[in-house]
Amino acid sequence: MAIHSAPFRELRLDGVRRDFGRLSALKGLSLTIRQGEFIALLGPSGCGKSTALNCLAGLLPITAGSIWLDERRIDVLRPEQRGFGMVFQSYALFPHMTVRRNAGFGLTMRGVPKAEAARRIDEALALVRLGEQAEKLPGQLSGGQQQRVAIARAIVIEPPLILMDEPLSNLDAKLRLEMRTDIRRIHDRLGATTIYVTHDQEEALSLADRIVVMREGDIRQVGTPAELYAQPAHLDVADFMGYRNRLAGRVVETAADRVTIDLGDGALLTGLRCEDLSGTGIIAVRPDDLSPAAAGEPGVDATVRAIEYRGRDFHGLATRPDGLELFFRSDTLLETGSQIRLAADPTRALVFAENRA
Amino acid sequence: MSASARAPGARVGPSKATQRPPLRLRLAARGIDGVTLLVLPALLLIGGLFVYPFAYGLVLSFTPKEGGALANYVRYFSDPFLYDTIWTTLRLAVPVTVLNLLLAIPIAFRVRLMRHQRLLTTILILPITLGTVLVAEGMLFYFGAQGWFNRAIMLLGLSPVPVKLTNNYIGVFLSLLITGFPFTFLLTLSYVTGIDPALEQAAATLGAGPRARFRHVFLPLLAPGLAITFCLSFVQAYSVFPSAVLVGEPSRVTRVISIAAYHAAFEEYDYSMASAIAIIMAVIQLLIVGAILACRQFFYRGPVAGTKG
Amino acid sequence: MHSNKSVGTKLWATALWVLVGFFVLNLLAMIASVVTSSFATRWLGTWLPAGWTTRWYVFAWNEFQLLDVLLVTFQVVFAVVVLAGLIGVPAAYAMARRDFPGKPVLLVLFLLPLLVPPITYGIPLATVLYQSGAGGTMLGVILANLVPTVPFVILVMIPFIEQIDPRIEAAARVFGAGTFKLFVHVLTPMLLPGVLAALLLVLVRTLAMFELTFLTAGADSQTLVVALYYSVFAAGVRSIQSVDAMAVIYMLTTLFWLLIALRFVSPTQIVSTAKRDTSSHG
Repeated sequence: MAIHSAPFRELRLDGVRRDFGRLSALKGLSLTIRQGEFIALLGPSGCGKSTALNCLAGLLPITAGSIWLDERRIDVLRPEQRGFGMVFQSYALFPHMTVRRNAGFGLTMRGVPKAEAARRIDEALALVRLGEQAEKLPGQLSGGQQQRVAIARAIVIEPPLILMDEPLSNLDAKLRLEMRTDIRRIHDRLGATTIYVTHDQEEALSLADRIVVMREGDIRQVGTPAELYAQPAHLDVADFMGYRNRLAGRVVETAADRVTIDLGDGALLTGLRCEDLSGTGIIAVRPDDLSPAAAGEPGVDATVRAIEYRGRDFHGLATRPDGLELFFRSDTLLETGSQIRLAADPTRALVFAENRA
Repeated sequence: MSASARAPGARVGPSKATQRPPLRLRLAARGIDGVTLLVLPALLLIGGLFVYPFAYGLVLSFTPKEGGALANYVRYFSDPFLYDTIWTTLRLAVPVTVLNLLLAIPIAFRVRLMRHQRLLTTILILPITLGTVLVAEGMLFYFGAQGWFNRAIMLLGLSPVPVKLTNNYIGVFLSLLITGFPFTFLLTLSYVTGIDPALEQAAATLGAGPRARFRHVFLPLLAPGLAITFCLSFVQAYSVFPSAVLVGEPSRVTRVISIAAYHAAFEEYDYSMASAIAIIMAVIQLLIVGAILACRQFFYRGPVAGTKG
Repeated sequence: MHSNKSVGTKLWATALWVLVGFFVLNLLAMIASVVTSSFATRWLGTWLPAGWTTRWYVFAWNEFQLLDVLLVTFQVVFAVVVLAGLIGVPAAYAMARRDFPGKPVLLVLFLLPLLVPPITYGIPLATVLYQSGAGGTMLGVILANLVPTVPFVILVMIPFIEQIDPRIEAAARVFGAGTFKLFVHVLTPMLLPGVLAALLLVLVRTLAMFELTFLTAGADSQTLVVALYYSVFAAGVRSIQSVDAMAVIYMLTTLFWLLIALRFVSPTQIVSTAKRDTSSHG
């Protein structure tokens, strides 16, 4: 069997395409991952991130393109020949095996001698802090414990690549937070390469060395968390990075890197130009960067609909007569029904071209 | 309220609090009320038409036409014409069931990956729906000396003369296969599809090839279900009757136990003996099914749909 | 999954498909041969008959008194369907909604007639029926056929009823519905699909149920399948083609109801009711 247990330098996806009938789940993915990186595949449901992971694991054949591990082409290998570790969203623990046997399954398949296997299993279980549950069946464990068994099972074989498919999505918020730190800790400790699929941008930002934002089978942007957060290159990415306001309008003024958009009836907002624009554009603003305008400042007039106390300040929702919704921040409590003018910090608002298909 | 007079406006004394709640409420607390009584007609039906006849038959079997209480059983086990029927029946039922299961498992594995299963499963329930009598009738013609099957065999040069496939052991065996396989297959398929596909995927990523996946993941999880499938299929084959008569040799090679019971009841009019044979039939069945189910205890019998996902 | 199957896997798959194909082919051919024979003038020693005719159907109709047999069959079958529904559905409701002492025993009792083969309990049952005078009559046949069908209805309906949130019934009561109104306005519409499916399955199964009717029927209370058996049994005396004609009539009847049933249930459900309940009992 061709198991790649030796560390590699880079994993390369080359124009990987996966079609389901006439539907294209992956439209030609090209990506290079270096050894030791923690990569997050981030995107909404249906964007193709899980499909990409399954293609990497060999659980789905690819329709076109290739996948390379250094100089070896691996997309022609069956999953049992690739030697990657995988953690499934539903954990997929073998219900009839104890935690110990579950964790050691990969070693059993490789014919590792019992003594060494036992040692490695104990190490892996200690790493996920499950040493005491070794003889229990999965049915007797809580969700968080089951997830840790799934992780132990994937790492005990010391794989060069660990694939994780939304492993935390079935846990409650507090547990998710705890497990996040554990996962990163294990990655660092093993010096492994991890590809982590998630739809939660907070998870991606906190865990990953580099984030790959995907949408509709394509990669929108690849970058470090800081790069993506500060400079989203695409409206879809901005969508993920918390730019809740995405307002369409007509371009009225362009100067240097700034552009002013008219949302209608003279409501003006200015932001940084991120793409080439024709006559129209979409301005994306975080709620934290949209607040009541100073006297005389240009902005958007709207009616306050709801206001929420957040401890340090207030978050509110305002609407315009044409139905447009604006999420903003305010230092003071505003009355619902009152009229307000909102302005955006021009250095923190981004203007993109109108969405093409 | 007690019958003794109370002053108007007087509060109810402690005696009421220690009184037991009325019977109706006490029964309701234990789950018995008007709704529960809805189960009564069905209970009476099964009690009168299933349990009672068995009990009656049991008693009847110990009151033979002549001889002591055990005369029927003694006669059964001392007359080869009678006790051979056990061996004859098992000789048919066990191999057929085993063969059905051995065929059903791999085929179910293939079919679960199919996308248009429904056509196949619909065709396969035809024998079950049409029933043993029609299958026997069809077999007499199709597998007979003049039938298409033998013609095809001779045309392909597989045999110079027609192969005798009816009115013998093979005929009954085939008939049990035709009506039994779909049943076994559909049952097995439902067990196989009940296993979470992610389990197989996980095993593959850990290095397990197809045979290892079958041995370590599928088989242990399927075993309890297969035991039940075996029992249900066996019971069906064991109670073979019309095909043993129509496509078999009911007086000799395929004289199964149900024929012996029928013969005693409706040809000798010896209901006592017939009941005894029916009891023996039930007991042997129970022993075999019981043995299989006892083995089932050794396997994991919990949910196979994978872990909490 | 499974990109890139190995050659061995592909060969194995092909072999299995050949087996399945062989089975299906022979099955369909067997049915076809019966149909062909029923339309044949004479058929001896050749691949296809010498000529075609429909006279065997007329002959069979008269010879086997098929009109009477069909009438009896449908009376029996519909009586069984209606009674099984009337007895079984309320019982299933009680079993699903109430937890009373002795319930596990009752569950086993309702499971047994489905697990014990008909011939095993049929002989004692026939004995009792004959002793009490109901043997050989249509009543006896109906009673006998109720034994496996009532538990079938119960076991099919229990999980169906359990799926209905009892809080819906509670809500109806809160809004003023008494038990009767509850049944008519809330329960019946929700239960209807399940009841319909279950009763269709009962219909198909009773049509094909041989042993019980065989043991309890008299000369004038035979269902179609029993009449078919007798005519095959005595086939030496009668021409095989007329028997085949009768067989085709039986097939059409059964298949007609099967097709209707398949609109509501999947083929697997016709088979796997017993499995679901035995597996839930560990």
